[in-house]
Amino acid sequence: MAKRSVIPYGPQHPVLPEPIHLDLVLEDEKVVEAIPSIGFIHRGLEKLTEKRDFNQMAYVAERICGICSFGHGYGYCETVEHIMGIEVPARANYLRTIWFELSRLHSHLLWAGLMADAFGFENLFYQCWRVREKVLDCIELTTGGRVIFSVNKVGGVIKDITPEMQKAILDTMDYVEKETKILKKTFMNDYSVQSRMKGVGVLTKEQAHALGCAGPFARASGIATDMRMRGYAAYGELDMEPIISNDGDCYGRCEVRIGEIFQSIDLIRQAIGKIPEGEIAAVVKGNPDGEYFMRIEQPRGEADYYVRGNGTPNLDRMRVRTPTFANLAGLCETLKGADYADIGILVVTIDPCISCTER
Amino acid sequence: MAIMTFAGTALKNLFSKPVTTKYPAVPAEYKERTRGHIEISIDDCISCGMCVRSCPCGTLSVDKIKGTWSINRFDCIACGFCVEKCPKKCLSVVAGYQEPGAEKGSVTYTKSPEVLAEEARKREEMAKKAAEAKAAAAAKAAAAAAEKKD
Repeated sequence: MAKRSVIPYGPQHPVLPEPIHLDLVLEDEKVVEAIPSIGFIHRGLEKLTEKRDFNQMAYVAERICGICSFGHGYGYCETVEHIMGIEVPARANYLRTIWFELSRLHSHLLWAGLMADAFGFENLFYQCWRVREKVLDCIELTTGGRVIFSVNKVGGVIKDITPEMQKAILDTMDYVEKETKILKKTFMNDYSVQSRMKGVGVLTKEQAHALGCAGPFARASGIATDMRMRGYAAYGELDMEPIISNDGDCYGRCEVRIGEIFQSIDLIRQAIGKIPEGEIAAVVKGNPDGEYFMRIEQPRGEADYYVRGNGTPNLDRMRVRTPTFANLAGLCETLKGADYADIGILVVTIDPCISCTER
Repeated sequence: MAIMTFAGTALKNLFSKPVTTKYPAVPAEYKERTRGHIEISIDDCISCGMCVRSCPCGTLSVDKIKGTWSINRFDCIACGFCVEKCPKKCLSVVAGYQEPGAEKGSVTYTKSPEVLAEEARKREEMAKKAAEAKAAAAAKAAAAAAEKKD
């Protein structure tokens, strides 16, 4: 038997966008076991419910993470709306859907860039982020922020998307679609890219199911799970099918996410085509009293929100379960038996968002 | 499977204009809705304190007597909740970000002397009216008591 050694990986490592620490038990160059530890960027945002009222918490919830920011704000607001029995206007639901898909687009393009960076293709990395920049411009045009939207409030949304802005979004979608088709060719067909991704970190459907994986990570292993199919916001009125792959390896995960970029573009076009006229926010009276549990699909997978109100402006409890937390078990499983050189790719492949996980 | 699939794009990028601008030599272009920082039209402010109560990070403070409104721009997250809550709509979010600095101090805006004098005069007038009303009520009560005694 080869000699075993333990290598600390992270929390500061060039491939990691956010701090996570892994203790890797190696046998020669092969990983035998990986033990994750988190807790480097805990900020105690859930505890803040004791000091901030439920309206202010919408802005706090949004700042749980910089990339899935819109989803957190939306998930929180929708949960409180359910407790208070508020009927959100149809237009607000469509606006939320458009912004949600824009945030998914920029998150997936960011991931594609980070993935290219992880396997050492710097040129492709910058090209991905160049395309993403156009999506960020769209977000800034409509909301005023590049990654933190701050447009959600309990009862609806704060800002409207004017017809000119809708046209600007559609023009950007044409550009992003054209550019992503070029990127897709490289990600899916290039020999050097495939040599780093094909057959690396295989997670079978049974394993993914047993470990409770979520989002694109689970879909790449052939599990057709997508919370958008529940039909929250305006998703119920739009045509969509979960994108799945049966490969279960890094290549499959890349395929799913690139497919979802095109799916998001399609959903934005559908939503802009169907958006009704009308109010963008409902009147909110009183304080939340009761509890509700809500599941939404973040760019990284299923996120769960739990809110309990007690009739005062301050909530009793707010709890978020994030997709990265669900996917960490799957990550450790894929790391077993992997080459040391593939660790970077495998960590990036679950699209880790540690800020969400620790809050 | 193909090789050199990215060569065309890479070559095109090599011979085309850069997509980035040389910031800060070339100023950044902001969108109309860009949330850079909060501005106040201080003379329209009624010092009601709605912005202070709404701020999620507690960065604002208001002094009604001195007529001041302060903001610690390093704490402000530019969420725009105060702007939404302001009843007089004297707050606004404008483009341009907070410049870096060595100290995290507050910026204080004070109302112009004319507005302050006008507010002080109104306050005095209201206090006078309240005192008069109180005196009238006391006199009425005394008269009623005297009548009862008789």
